[in-house]
Amino acid sequence: MITLRINGRSQTVDASPDMPLLWVLRDLLGMNGTKFGCGVALCGACTVHLDGIPRRACVMPVGAAIGHAITTIEAIGATPVGKKVQQAWLDLEVVQCGYCQSGQIMAAAALLAKIPAPTDTDIDQAMSGNICRCGTYTRIREAIKQAARTPSTVNKGG
Amino acid sequence: MDRVSRRQFLTAGAATGGGLLLGWHVDARARVLAAAAKAKPSVFAPNAFIRIGTDGRVTLIMSQVEMGQGTYTSMPMLLAEELEVGLDQVRLEHAPPDDKLYANPLFGDQETGASTSVRVFYEPLRRAGATARTMLVAAAAATWNVDPASCRAQKGVVTHSPTGRTLTYGALADKAAKLPVPAQVTLKDPKDFKLIGTPAKRLDTPAKVNGTAQYGIDVRLPGMKIATVAASPVLGGKVASLDDSKAKAIKGVRQIVRLDDVVAVVADHMWAAKQGLAALDIRWDDGPNATLSTADVVQGLAAAVQTPGVVARKEGDAAAGIAGAPTKMEAVYQVPFLAHAAMEPMNCTVHVRPDRCEVWTGSQVLTRAQATAAKVTGLPLEKVVVHNHYLGGGFGRRLEFDYVTQAVRIAQQVDGPVKVIWTREEDIQHDVYRPYYYDRVAAGVDARGQPIAWMHRLAGPAILARYLPAAFKDGIDPDGLDGAVHLLYDIPAIQVEFVRHEEPVLNTGFWRGVGVTHNTFVIESFIDELAAAAKQDPVAYRRALLGKSPRARAVLDLAAQAAGWGQPLPAGRGRGVSLLYSGWGSYLAEVAEVAVSKSGEVRVHRIVCAVDCGTVVNPDTVKAQIEGGIVFGISGALWGEVTLKNGRVEQSNFNDVRVLRINETPAIEVLLVRNGEAPGGIGEPGTAVTAPAVANAVFAATGKRIRKLPLENQLRSA
Repeated sequence: MITLRINGRSQTVDASPDMPLLWVLRDLLGMNGTKFGCGVALCGACTVHLDGIPRRACVMPVGAAIGHAITTIEAIGATPVGKKVQQAWLDLEVVQCGYCQSGQIMAAAALLAKIPAPTDTDIDQAMSGNICRCGTYTRIREAIKQAARTPSTVNKGG
Repeated sequence: MDRVSRRQFLTAGAATGGGLLLGWHVDARARVLAAAAKAKPSVFAPNAFIRIGTDGRVTLIMSQVEMGQGTYTSMPMLLAEELEVGLDQVRLEHAPPDDKLYANPLFGDQETGASTSVRVFYEPLRRAGATARTMLVAAAAATWNVDPASCRAQKGVVTHSPTGRTLTYGALADKAAKLPVPAQVTLKDPKDFKLIGTPAKRLDTPAKVNGTAQYGIDVRLPGMKIATVAASPVLGGKVASLDDSKAKAIKGVRQIVRLDDVVAVVADHMWAAKQGLAALDIRWDDGPNATLSTADVVQGLAAAVQTPGVVARKEGDAAAGIAGAPTKMEAVYQVPFLAHAAMEPMNCTVHVRPDRCEVWTGSQVLTRAQATAAKVTGLPLEKVVVHNHYLGGGFGRRLEFDYVTQAVRIAQQVDGPVKVIWTREEDIQHDVYRPYYYDRVAAGVDARGQPIAWMHRLAGPAILARYLPAAFKDGIDPDGLDGAVHLLYDIPAIQVEFVRHEEPVLNTGFWRGVGVTHNTFVIESFIDELAAAAKQDPVAYRRALLGKSPRARAVLDLAAQAAGWGQPLPAGRGRGVSLLYSGWGSYLAEVAEVAVSKSGEVRVHRIVCAVDCGTVVNPDTVKAQIEGGIVFGISGALWGEVTLKNGRVEQSNFNDVRVLRINETPAIEVLLVRNGEAPGGIGEPGTAVTAPAVANAVFAATGKRIRKLPLENQLRSA
């Protein structure tokens, strides 16, 4: 049995340590917001945070996540940065099919947590691992900039 | 297509398509109530698209599926505009499969594709909304014993104007349900539109930014197993032998299903299934395609294009015009097989019971999905239930139902529900690919450089002969020829021919833009060649040939002006232009600005695209579709290519199926021309107009004319 800290909660799963975190989330815990896109860390659809750092869950053995804080799309809206990223996504109508957007939002939230006012180059570097076949990239870029301009709301009772 | 021909389509659709327009009201209420298990008896459902409960809940039933194109907002806008409810007051529900209720009038069955939803449902859905509103107003008027003309509806409430009395739609639902459905209703004058034409917020977005949106792959059922598959790597191949002993020993693997052309590993979770798949020792009998490669396909097409085709358009005598012209120009163009690579890999969940089959998936063709499940199981259609979901990308891939057929065959061998998920590798190597097309195009040019005769012959498969046989008439595949027969340039003699040539080495089908994507590349590249040979400006040259097409001329002027056409560029950069018109009924002009490195890498810096798609329902959706279509088009133009060796697809994942990423995406400006013309399609044109604009920009930057896609391959080998 493996105990994980996911979105602030402790979760115990029956998994071998080499099982990728993606399938632990999706198939063992029923947390389906994190998506399967390529299975080999080429597309970013499965992006989650491990202690705030964006990681590809499809190639991360769950054993390596033990003892770290895992954050997924289901809870990113509870963070001030995640909340304003989601709002910017809504304001600019970034989404089309939406399948990659969990990963895009997780990557963007991690970027803004690290670099509050990113340049275009910062955005390129942080987001180029996330593929969107619907081609929403120009809106993703604008939404990140809008989120960067938005003051974070105070997380009352946080 | 103009208003008249569109109307003809609708009429024809009503006649052949199970009577969407005519038969709709007859038994719609009973059917919807039967389809919706939760619906209470006291529900007002005047047609198959609207349900209003006595609790005031307004449910709109979505027959066209949502795959990113915004149809779950534009269809509700059409209904809500006439129903007089706000978009914030409605709930959406996926429609069940039912060709009688939900056929796309253009195809005769329930299909979402070919950029048709707004075009063909613009009037029917408004009529559905107006019918419901008329009945609710009549119910209120009867309650108050007043003239319905003295009542008005707004935001789900009917008001008697002289007295100010009000009744909500919920309060009226019971009474309205007992009224006869009116045969005729009055639609709003477009000047009174409150929703149509405004940039309404998409209704599906909130669930897509917080991870709660349900795609087919997200289905979870009690006792459900997860399976992943290896189908024959060569089309037509079979399993020769299988050793599954190592796979069965993996923890979590429950069952190996061996069918003649595919092996599935059924497990507790995808990780066990994937490990099991890797541990299988399968030997394949590759069958007749075992040795084929891309070169064989090209050879077949090159021979085919030498033979006369079926004439699809003929004006004047093009052959004589070319033979007698002072200058003759000729070229061969080729476009490769392309994979869709939708972000959500193919998947389908199925539970087969002795007397029933349930399917959960994301499909552009729900009734075809239902029919294949019925055929495989031998169950009657009404015993097959299909639950649709959001689609994680369609692009034409989910117009096919091969993955449903396969999942049902596997599920027949499994006790309980099973979710079959393809790996990305399986998805790339078992796609239904955009065909390889091979075109010959020739023109006769007069002493001033003007074309006086045009001959375009294309060779490729007839997708519609397989997919929609009724649409394949007299040897003409309207899809393969789309765009080619719509050539707008004013040339006295025009001949367009189609040589049907099937290459059974890969399954081929629809890929965002299909025929138009390839034909626009050919036409707009070749017209650019003519302009260059005449030493004329590419925009001016086109403009002079568009005297009879004012809408085309207008978008060309708009794009050229906005892009700064003719203004100097930094060294090494070039601008290219292209124009698009096709059966979608939309006019587009695009200017691309590119730089090409010494090693042949193309960087697209800027795209300006002017769009006239007639009446616009949601302008922001139009812009989004064009932006996304352009990105899809750049990926295809620069890198898109699926190749074969020994009958096997050589590409497998995003390492060798290169697609555009954010750091490679140009600045994109979309300019909308607004008018009251009939709505045109917008899902695909942005893709189709892009390859030639980029290729022409490459020519402007380098002097290299690329006649074979993808561009970077050719630039590297040039």
